[in-house]
Amino acid sequence: MALVRLRAPLRQLAGDRSDHALEGATVGEVMRALEREHPAAGGWIVDERGLIRRHINVFVNGELGGDETAVGAEDRVDVLPAISGG
Amino acid sequence: MTELVVGTRKGLFVLEGEPGGPFEVTTRAFAGETVEHALRDARTDRVLASVTSPFYGPKIWYTDEPAGEWEQASGIALPEGGEAALERIWVIVAGEADGTLYAGGDPGVLFESRDGGASWELNRGLWEHPSREHWQPGGGGLCLHSIATWPGDPDRLAVGISAAGVWLTEDRGVTWRKGNEGLVAGYVPEDAPPEEIGLCVHRLHRAATRPERLFMQFHGGVYRSDDAGETWTDIADGLPSDFGFPLALDPADPDSAYVIPLIADTDRVTPDSRVRVYETRDAGASWAARGDGLPQEHAYLTILREAFDWVGEGEGLELYFGATSGDLFGSGDAGASWTTTATRLPPVLSVAAR
Repeated sequence: MALVRLRAPLRQLAGDRSDHALEGATVGEVMRALEREHPAAGGWIVDERGLIRRHINVFVNGELGGDETAVGAEDRVDVLPAISGG
Repeated sequence: MTELVVGTRKGLFVLEGEPGGPFEVTTRAFAGETVEHALRDARTDRVLASVTSPFYGPKIWYTDEPAGEWEQASGIALPEGGEAALERIWVIVAGEADGTLYAGGDPGVLFESRDGGASWELNRGLWEHPSREHWQPGGGGLCLHSIATWPGDPDRLAVGISAAGVWLTEDRGVTWRKGNEGLVAGYVPEDAPPEEIGLCVHRLHRAATRPERLFMQFHGGVYRSDDAGETWTDIADGLPSDFGFPLALDPADPDSAYVIPLIADTDRVTPDSRVRVYETRDAGASWAARGDGLPQEHAYLTILREAFDWVGEGEGLELYFGATSGDLFGSGDAGASWTTTATRLPPVLSVAAR
């Protein structure tokens, strides 16, 4: 299972834990698994269309990924708010 | 003591004070977040806030104590698996039925809560309206920003959508029909097909003691309807500009309305570098400037649609408005005189007085 790492405020919504081991073959699948396991985080990362919100960045082993980016069992997935604005 | 719940670009502020005097900030919540609209429901004392995170999307939160813990309301989302996502909740309004509240948002959606704001449900009649494919967004998005309830009748609502015009229901939102006759969109050719004309309503309020009467600030026009929103008459003659956003009413006087004109859509600041509220007491036949105590030189303020509210009525009517400059102004005598209520707040998006 991939290791998903969260920061505030997502960490508080996901059982007050930073690290989560989750199943999923893509970033989108892993994020949806996170929201299923922690309903309080529902809608915070993935919107109604099933897409990762525009200003959330997901990195797989340090590289910026998207909904369809492949995730392996040994991968590390970091979820961070994007640097937006000027 | 009057309480103001103020939504700003950088959090929610609660202020308290006496009419005509400066107010004190007693609480700040959601620091750093955009609070589009917030109010205290007078029926329950519960405070509700619409908070739009650029990262995590729009949410509604509620609490009985703004300085304490807030709960996230459920149901503030569009149907899963569709092509649209909820962008923002623009307004929250108390309904007529016990425990009922309404919330309006982008893309032109209405939510209803029947449990005081803890859980919400999308209004399907408006969401699935067959004309929706023709609706056009205004500059701020496809925002449902005005919800006019009908005193004593929970079945009747009027909502304003920028730029999809006015929509009316008489069966508590099961079916909806347009209420736009008489509105003139000066920003499109006169021979444009009616279904393709975006009607950019800026603000809508209903007269409390004569509910078939509505007042509207339009994108180029101030209008009145005396038939519950079926038809509209332009009443902007006498104003320095027919452009603006907010609108306020005196609940005791169905002939009253207050607007705060801005120069034009191309220059959205107060005209003549002065801040003046305009008042009518004859249903728009004439307007009087009310600027006593407001900045009268080198003042270029922008007042947004939710940033003007009132409490009380008649001679004791209190009026409050906030500007994107972070200034907040108030009147304790129905607009005859004004004082600076607070300064140096973040840009003010909404004001709710109680």
